[in-house]
Amino acid sequence: MRQNDIILQTTTKIVLFIILAFSVFMFFNGHNNPGGGFVGGLMTSSAIVLFMLAFGLETTKRILPFDFKLVAASGLLIAILTGMGSFVFGVPFLSHTFGYFTIPILGEMELATATLFDLGVYLVVVGVTLTIIQTIGEDS
Amino acid sequence: MFTALHFAIIMPFIAAILVPFLYKQFARIHTGWFVLIVPVLLFIYFIQYIPLTANGQTVTSVFNWVPSLNLNFIAYVDGLGLLFALLITGIGSLVVLYSIYYLSKEKEALNNFYVFLLMFMGAMLGVVLSDNLIVLYTFWEITSLSSFLLISYWYEREQSRYGALKSLLITVIGGFAMLVGFVLVYKMTGTFSIQEIVASAETITGHPLFLPAMLLILLGAFTKSAQFPFHIWLPDAMEAPTPVSAYLHSATMVKAGIYLVARLSPIFAVKGEWLWLVAGFGIVTLFWGSFTAVRQTDLKGILAYSTISQLGMILSMLGVGAAALHFDSIDNNLYIGATTAALFHLINHATFKGSLFMMVGIVDHETGTRDIRYLGGLMTIMPITFTVAVIGSFSMAGLPPFNGFLSKEMFFTSMVQITNLGMFNIETFGVLFPVIAWIASVFTFIYSMIIVFKTFAGNMHPGLVRANIHEAPLGMLISPIVLISLVVIFGFFPNILAHSIIEPAMASILPSLLGGNEQFYVNIRFWHGFSTELYMTIGVVVIGLLLFMSLRKWAGIYRLFPESLSFNRLYDQLLVTTENVSTILTSWYMKGSVRQYLMYIMVFFTLILTVVLFGKGAFTVNTTNLAPISIYEAVLAASLVIAALLTMFASTRLKAVIGLGATGYIVSLFFVIFRAPDLALTQLTIETVSVALFLLCFYHLPEITKGAKKVRFQPGNFIISLAVGVTITLIAISASSSKLFDSISSFFSEASHDLAGGDNMVNVILVDFRGFDTLFEILVLGIAAMGIYTMIRLRITGRNRP
Amino acid sequence: MEILMSIIAGFLFMVGTYLVLSKNMIRIIIGTGFISHGSHLLLLTMAGLKTGAPPLLGLQASTYTDPLPQALILTAIVISFGVTAFFLVLGYKAYKVTGTDNTDGLRGPDLHD
Repeated sequence: MRQNDIILQTTTKIVLFIILAFSVFMFFNGHNNPGGGFVGGLMTSSAIVLFMLAFGLETTKRILPFDFKLVAASGLLIAILTGMGSFVFGVPFLSHTFGYFTIPILGEMELATATLFDLGVYLVVVGVTLTIIQTIGEDS
Repeated sequence: MFTALHFAIIMPFIAAILVPFLYKQFARIHTGWFVLIVPVLLFIYFIQYIPLTANGQTVTSVFNWVPSLNLNFIAYVDGLGLLFALLITGIGSLVVLYSIYYLSKEKEALNNFYVFLLMFMGAMLGVVLSDNLIVLYTFWEITSLSSFLLISYWYEREQSRYGALKSLLITVIGGFAMLVGFVLVYKMTGTFSIQEIVASAETITGHPLFLPAMLLILLGAFTKSAQFPFHIWLPDAMEAPTPVSAYLHSATMVKAGIYLVARLSPIFAVKGEWLWLVAGFGIVTLFWGSFTAVRQTDLKGILAYSTISQLGMILSMLGVGAAALHFDSIDNNLYIGATTAALFHLINHATFKGSLFMMVGIVDHETGTRDIRYLGGLMTIMPITFTVAVIGSFSMAGLPPFNGFLSKEMFFTSMVQITNLGMFNIETFGVLFPVIAWIASVFTFIYSMIIVFKTFAGNMHPGLVRANIHEAPLGMLISPIVLISLVVIFGFFPNILAHSIIEPAMASILPSLLGGNEQFYVNIRFWHGFSTELYMTIGVVVIGLLLFMSLRKWAGIYRLFPESLSFNRLYDQLLVTTENVSTILTSWYMKGSVRQYLMYIMVFFTLILTVVLFGKGAFTVNTTNLAPISIYEAVLAASLVIAALLTMFASTRLKAVIGLGATGYIVSLFFVIFRAPDLALTQLTIETVSVALFLLCFYHLPEITKGAKKVRFQPGNFIISLAVGVTITLIAISASSSKLFDSISSFFSEASHDLAGGDNMVNVILVDFRGFDTLFEILVLGIAAMGIYTMIRLRITGRNRP
Repeated sequence: MEILMSIIAGFLFMVGTYLVLSKNMIRIIIGTGFISHGSHLLLLTMAGLKTGAPPLLGLQASTYTDPLPQALILTAIVISFGVTAFFLVLGYKAYKVTGTDNTDGLRGPDLHD
């Protein structure tokens, strides 16, 4: 991945944020419209993969100094902890609840514990995809 | 409820988890000292149950494990369970104490040793204290497993591995038969709880499955308790460290079979077959074990065969005790004595055999050999060990005033009385019982004498290499001294056990004999007057002494049995043959080519599906209600076919990947058409990432055509794949044409907003209704990522690589 | 439409199986990709196609398509991605270690000869 592709790099700089923003939208939108943790996560990772292709792995590593294995692991942890959270209320594992709250500025919103679980899914997908790509890419 | 009793059973397991940390943290303290706390505490805990069971009470506490399958961890303490629990923890404490001095903390892998030992202890407690047959079976197999691990503790030795494997194979096969037996019992009674089965025991005696269940369960018990002809694993198990032999292979684990026989007596014992089988196998084992013990030259070998024979003796008494069930009350019931004797001897055997094993361990430890051909003259050098050996052996030989004498007398009594039973054709061969019992006792006497006199009397053998042999350290002597004191105490005051331990245990074995508030009354007497039994004992001593003196003259009879006909040889042959046959069978179809395996799978898949599809008349085509085909869909379908064909005949990897990617994108367009927006989005992004992944890997992989000029069309493969494709099409058509059930999707459209607060049903199903699936799915993803990471990053530096 | 999609699914299976049965590692991995595409379409077809609006309650439609197979397929897509990636890396690593991408060259030493 040593190409120096001006067009790709320039496009990536702009498109990257659009994709990222869209993926976050997708993630939060997921409960009521198409989207969710899987799609959001995949979209985020495809944005980062695009960045990797355009600027190389080294640059990506400098800009995003995460250990993606840990991202995946923390996603799993969040998902499991969300599930275990139901024990506190004496209901079976992975029971979810939701409610409608009025939040200043934003107005009435729905908050659901399922979103937390979905956040776990999102993180796992991002972490796993990028771990895979990064490991293969770095091996030469 | 999870009670203190449950905790007591799993406490050894918890301790086992802590052992490695303690071993590492406190390298200067022998790990055994930490471990010792566990059995001592448990022993004290279980002693508190004695007053309860002595009053005829039992304790049951239920912990629901898998209630939907009727599997509950029911801890149940009654007389029998308590007797064994005390034996396990009591002998366990002494053995751990002994092992602290026996195993050096510098040289041995103590963490492994104590983990296995504690695992065994917990499993054994689980066996004797659980009321559910499946739970019992689980713990039973854990004891086999920990026994395997302990026998192979010195795994660098060939013999240890051989012995461990042998014991595992034999006991696990037996255990599996036992499991089948339990399932049959469940079929008959509909419950796994022993107490409930006992309560309904009378209703199942006529059931056709009754006898098979009994045979299978007895097979499990006999293999575990090393009964003839399954006894062959026990002598090889002596490769284990001596504390293990003393604990597992004489005092506790091998008695699990006896426990099972005693525990299930209320269910099966009314049948004559039970009496014949249990007593018959027991008496044959008694004879064969004692007869073979005499020819052994290894002290532990003698003790191993002696253990086999004593186990047979206890079983035969239990079998004879079953005759008591055919008399209505406990008054004037001659055969109750046999059960009493069995329990009494069970305790006695644990005491004298435990001390003898420890004695042999000391001799081995101090002199470096266990071979009686090189031993002798240790009497003056090791006086305490000698005393232990004398008392232990004399008790084993059945000499007064030790406890072995009492139980041996009671054994003779029951063997003589069984000839008068007058049922089950006992008058035919029944007379053999006392005869064999007497002959076996003569041999028992002989090998007991061998243990004492060949080791301690006479002159020291010049070949004995060690120079300064001395008495063992005090710590090593404590445990055998404690046990040997018990031998003496139980000999003089046998009735201290009678009311507290033996009577409640008998109530568990023969419950149907007790009316309302009755209790068994056991009174073991020292002096019976000049009875048949006493004359038998005197005969044993006289003949035994004569034969012991002239041992060299008649030892030749052992050569009459050719080595090639032994059961050991049979076992070895069987193992080799099985391995060869399965190798031939396997290599007949496992050719080592993945392609061929895939062909098997595909052909089998096609055959079984088409046969079922047409055989059951399931193939239907329903052309009503079909969705219309629009022009877009036709175009999409056509492009999909083209893309797939392109991949099929692609000669470069790039073309193939482009074909796959195109297919993926077209599939996602199909998802759009079929009203599945989530799927379309996911497929689209995942296809992108996949293609990137493929391209990344292609930096390193060779071309498809490497080595070959071009990709050839393979007609054979094509026919198989065509068949697969057609099968799938047929299935898909019939599946969409027939409607056997109503769809459950209406639930989701109704509930997802109200119950889960989401409008996107697919997402709600994923994160809420079927959240468990998703949890495991992301777990799988994580595992895949870890696998990939380790596969790439792992540098193999094993010994296979230079 | 269902019949057409059934045929398409069967066709994808055929291509996938044909590729899987070849000796070349890349073709095998690509073949598994085809098989998973085929099974996703198969699942979707089985439940009936275009029976209503997309399964989004916000659309206020009278009937919706069955959401359950869609959830299943979504799971399957993600899993098959993981599996394909794993296969790919397995093949890649095997090639690097053994120097061949022909599955016939990957047999271990025959132990029973």
